[in-house]
Amino acid sequence: MAYPPAARSSTAPQPSVKVILTSADVQRVVDRIAHQILEKTQGAQQTVLLGIPTRGAPLARRLAARISAFEGVDVPVGVLDITLYRDDLRRHATRAIGPTELPAGGIDGKRVVLVDDVLFSGRTVRAALDALNDVGRPASVQLAVLVDRGHRELPIRADYVGKNIPTSLAESVKVTLAETDGADEVKLYGGDR
Amino acid sequence: MIRHLLSGADLDAATATRILDTAAEMATVAGREVKKLPALRGRTVVNLFYEDSTRTRISFEAAAKRLSADVINFSAKGSSVAKGESLKDTALTLQAMGADAVVVRHPASGAPHRLADWVDGSVVNAGDGTHEHPTQALLDAYTMRSRLGRIAGLSVAVVGDVLHSRVARSNVLLLSTLGAKVTLVGPPTLIPVDIAQALAPGTDVSYDLDAVLPQSDVVMMLRVQRERMNDSYFPSAREYARRYGLDGPRMRRLPEHAIVMHPGPMNRGMEITPEVADSPRSTIVEQVANGVSVRMAVLYLLLGGNNR
Amino acid sequence: MSAYLITNVSVVGGAPTDLLIRDGVVAGTGTGLAAPDATAVDGTGLVALPGLVDLHTHLREPGREDAETVESGSRAAALGGYTAVCAMANTSPVADTAGVVEQVWRLGREAGLVDVQPIGAVTVGLAGEHLAELGAMADSAARVRIFSDDGHCVADPRLMRRALEYVKAFDGIIAQHAEEPRLTEGAQMHEGEVSTRLGLTGWPAVAEEAIIARDVLLAEHVGSRLHICHVSTAGSVEVLRQAKARGVRVTAEVTPHHLLLTDEKAATYDPVYKVNPPLRTDSDIAALRAALAEGVIDVIATDHAPHAVEDKECEWAYARPGMLGLETALSIALDVLGPQWDLIAERMSRAPARIAGLADHGHDPAPGVPANLTLVDPAVRRTIEPAELASRSRNTPYARMTLPGRIVATFLRGEPTVLDGKAVK
Repeated sequence: MAYPPAARSSTAPQPSVKVILTSADVQRVVDRIAHQILEKTQGAQQTVLLGIPTRGAPLARRLAARISAFEGVDVPVGVLDITLYRDDLRRHATRAIGPTELPAGGIDGKRVVLVDDVLFSGRTVRAALDALNDVGRPASVQLAVLVDRGHRELPIRADYVGKNIPTSLAESVKVTLAETDGADEVKLYGGDR
Repeated sequence: MIRHLLSGADLDAATATRILDTAAEMATVAGREVKKLPALRGRTVVNLFYEDSTRTRISFEAAAKRLSADVINFSAKGSSVAKGESLKDTALTLQAMGADAVVVRHPASGAPHRLADWVDGSVVNAGDGTHEHPTQALLDAYTMRSRLGRIAGLSVAVVGDVLHSRVARSNVLLLSTLGAKVTLVGPPTLIPVDIAQALAPGTDVSYDLDAVLPQSDVVMMLRVQRERMNDSYFPSAREYARRYGLDGPRMRRLPEHAIVMHPGPMNRGMEITPEVADSPRSTIVEQVANGVSVRMAVLYLLLGGNNR
Repeated sequence: MSAYLITNVSVVGGAPTDLLIRDGVVAGTGTGLAAPDATAVDGTGLVALPGLVDLHTHLREPGREDAETVESGSRAAALGGYTAVCAMANTSPVADTAGVVEQVWRLGREAGLVDVQPIGAVTVGLAGEHLAELGAMADSAARVRIFSDDGHCVADPRLMRRALEYVKAFDGIIAQHAEEPRLTEGAQMHEGEVSTRLGLTGWPAVAEEAIIARDVLLAEHVGSRLHICHVSTAGSVEVLRQAKARGVRVTAEVTPHHLLLTDEKAATYDPVYKVNPPLRTDSDIAALRAALAEGVIDVIATDHAPHAVEDKECEWAYARPGMLGLETALSIALDVLGPQWDLIAERMSRAPARIAGLADHGHDPAPGVPANLTLVDPAVRRTIEPAELASRSRNTPYARMTLPGRIVATFLRGEPTVLDGKAVK
């Protein structure tokens, strides 16, 4: 999950902002992950990409498009909403739930690649694994993320990582994508460096 | 965020739309092999039913269970309620049991409002006296939206015993909030005084079903109890059916796309004929299925987060 | 007997004067009175009114002593400025025999806080079928003059006619609870916009107006006295205005709550607002206030109706109708009428005393009249706390409302029942 920057008032000192990935970087990273998926899945056979909302969904569609461009393989893409599986539902006001859209062929017996923007505590991925369990039985599950910022709280790791960013807990990572935010970029906010 | 659902008036357009959108997602669970979501794990939902209504109770029970809540059914029969325990004492008992939500059906109008004063948890009105039944209105709205694609701008005729109908009151409130035009149709004896001012300005009243049908996108038939004729609300069941019942010829006066709804249970031959009830225009069976999804959405909205 | 000298007090709104009370009567008035043996009461800023008289009180004893007793109700009355209350007949057993009315009368005497004047039932058991022994009650020690089936309407027109005629023999009066029973079956609140919204069965105004119209015609026909309890609608006011203009011997009362509260109060479904007749609308309130000023309505009567907690802490439909009134009536009157002291004295003391035939009550403090009076501080505003009321019950609709006026002292036949705002016993 990406975390938005803390709200700022005009009088507060400006926290530092650092661009980690530019638009061109994001494109290159997506291309690389697409290649890696092709490599590690024998040409994306029997593979389904499931994006985790919000930004995992467009990332999954981009990966599928690149895979199709590189090798002419059409990888089924879907969306897996994990809201109802979160372990922190009761800490917030009721969250709106999003759509879950599985590809027509389903996921049973398939290799599922979960796609998200940022890997942080690992709790989102745990929720996604629980959600998967309720919608079918994949042969195996892999994880692709644009950014891994560390600080795992669960024994979870990614199979495909666009960029590892060492961070402190005081910092936050914000991913924007053209589809959801108007432009591709990854920024690191905060700390007082 | 609302804490209780006592009346259709508790829902503004945004909240109502959010419930309908959530219900649409909940509906997909019904098609899955594992018809269960973990959202309300560890939460306790009590169904407190002072009236027999197996349909409504089962619908709420299925909804709560699909969200993994623990469900306790507390029915008036065979419980301390039958021995004359007061609603307040029952409320305190449920409170002590740790009920996170109480779904209450009660013959007295306003009983859920009273209950909400006495329990910390959320109260969902599952029908109170001749007052309201807000989840029925939500499932009706959901059904209209899924059949006709929208609610705003629809002309909805609600036909029958409006005076005693909790379904009608909740529907007038909710449908008006969502931008539909409601016309209440029935004999003047069964239309309550000042209904438009009381519920929603812009609500129309008509005593002539045949005149209303050609302009209606939705016709909602209300259950009419035969016993009402003993109170002189109308002379006989036969006369009622002739003037306000929906039969095949009347149904054919409706526009091509129009649908026929009924909250059930039906009095076949009284307010609706079998031909109409079983026709493709009828949404009666869908309404039942949609009830579970809508009630899941309501329970999730009330209990799915920290809304205190 | 002790003596009291009330100094610098305004008698019914007049210029400040002193009042000497001795041997149960007002012994003298005027400025600069001296009475070394008398207990001094500083009346500066206070208004002396003739002791208030309530034509319509439910004391619940015998039968529901958990809700109120003659003693607790008498204390509440004294604290409200009353020196006499008329106790309604719907007790258990019903006050439909000489024995029961004498019991209530005696209990009132023993409590000694107000004169408790029993009202006798019109029909046996309030059942509306057979006349109770009205003459025996009239001849009893209680000397009953008002008869009422309050809580129930004497709906049978023939029975009503007979009752009106019969009580002429001892200058009795029938106080009618005007409610056409078939039009109010299952009724829970005023029939109108709010009842429609709340899904509560309506109590239509016409159910009251139809009975009043019938009864003024009956009273006119037989030449009898008729009193209408708790008038609540604008339509009733019209019927009464016409009847009075024709010279019909009809009097009428309105309750404080019908002068102040509307049916919107039911929106919470809290049965503390459930009352019979029900709270009506703003336009009814306006008509009732005008009628009270004009004299179409003669009396403010409380319909003080105590109910045990369990009879109100429940569903609206299952709750008993009624609300407390004795300790707040004068404040509501002040709030509604302002400091029109003469009008307040007329509607809350003189007129009800005349109607009830209570010769010792309803007289402005003046030399020689029985010292039944009350002292009001109109400058004080007080917040009503149910727990502080003297009634055994808590069902006041004015909880946490701030109202003008406070009773500082009440004297019954020259003896204080309330001093410094507290009951003396």
